[in-house]
Amino acid sequence: MNRLATVILRDLRLALRQGSDSLMVVGFFVLTVTLFPFGLGPESNLLERTAAGILWVTALLASMLSLDRLFQGDYEDGSLELLTLTPTALEILVIGKIAAHWLTTALPMLLAAPVLALLLHLHEDAFLALMLTLLLGTPTLSLIGAMGAALVLGARRGGVLLSLLILPLYVPVLIFSVGAVDAAAQGLPVHGHLLILGGLLLAALPLAPLATVAALRQAVE
Amino acid sequence: MSSFFDRYANPTRFMRLATAVVPWTAAATLLLLGSGLYFALFDSPADYQQGESVRIMYVHVPSAWLAMAGYSTVAVASAFALIWKHPLADLVARAASPVGACFALLCLVTGSLWGKPMWGTWWAWDARLTSVLILFFLYLGHMALLNAFDDAARGARAAAILALAGFVNVPVIKFSVDWWNTLHQPASVSKMGMPSIDPRMLLPLMLMAVGYTCFYVTVLLLRVKGEILSAKIRALRLSLMQVANQ
Repeated sequence: MNRLATVILRDLRLALRQGSDSLMVVGFFVLTVTLFPFGLGPESNLLERTAAGILWVTALLASMLSLDRLFQGDYEDGSLELLTLTPTALEILVIGKIAAHWLTTALPMLLAAPVLALLLHLHEDAFLALMLTLLLGTPTLSLIGAMGAALVLGARRGGVLLSLLILPLYVPVLIFSVGAVDAAAQGLPVHGHLLILGGLLLAALPLAPLATVAALRQAVE
Repeated sequence: MSSFFDRYANPTRFMRLATAVVPWTAAATLLLLGSGLYFALFDSPADYQQGESVRIMYVHVPSAWLAMAGYSTVAVASAFALIWKHPLADLVARAASPVGACFALLCLVTGSLWGKPMWGTWWAWDARLTSVLILFFLYLGHMALLNAFDDAARGARAAAILALAGFVNVPVIKFSVDWWNTLHQPASVSKMGMPSIDPRMLLPLMLMAVGYTCFYVTVLLLRVKGEILSAKIRALRLSLMQVANQ
């Protein structure tokens, strides 16, 4: 537990000192969302109907764009090899890194989301559902994405490859999140959607670090 | 079971087996696809609702089955490669992936051609078509990762991990897409399946399905043979270079 905190604090400190990286992810999120009204037209009905999908697809792309720096820096400067040699289970350290990544990239997006939802005229009953789905869904995205980021370490054109690998795996999270927000906007219960999102998170929490560790070990071999 | 797999871990022995088996599976493919196509195109009734275009089913449905069988092959071979480090399993996964992707693409194309007269559009976000589309993307990712590394062994291991992760996800994706589709478009489209199939339609469908399977086995064996030979050529080149350097 102590070591988990050490890894999280280390990555947080690194992110805070570089600073601009996590701001760029939010910047991408905000800018891309504001492009949609230009593409779709400013009618508030249309925007209200599509707001959940726009916000979620953009959040998904933004969280994917930020993945390359999850392991890349450690891989290049050799600290990844040292991490694999520590007596602590690598799975714990990987969970720590994913948690730090979520705190520095997804959390700022979570803070920006209500403002953007306002700009897109999202139905006011759906705000709570949007925040809850982001809260439950983005950790799953980070977990699945970490596996992809570990798999493409040292690959040619890793960034483009990463999107090909993990976007299909993001589909269930997207479907149930947007489903929940749509249901809330129509005044339907969202309990079931949130339970499924929670279930996906609980399934990804033990499985994704296992796959990530397998991928990291073969990367540093 | 395990002794069987140990026995054919030896590439030379596998090559002998494959060389002996391929003519038989190739002959069975010709026979089954030939008779299946005859029944499918000439000697089976047209559907009372769908008319003659129901005959697309005989090439569409088996390709969907084989697309899934192909991904299962990749996943099982990947598990063998990761757990037991079976030397042939990597080659089987590498050989099966493009074949399965072709079946998925064939399924999408024939589904689209079938959709035009039936639904009046080339593409509907039908749950089953969408799942096959995502399966096709999973194949693309697997193939891209296989070839993304300078070291082929590295690519094989990374792709094996991805194939297993994808295999765990396939049922989840299938379930969520089914759920999503029923939410967005109520039963109008997904009711297209025949409630009970005429035996005269079932016969050509089964012939085609077994024929497709024989074709798949034939191509897979040929491709694994090719992979073994190219691995041998690589090894020979490497040793030649070492001799030249000395």
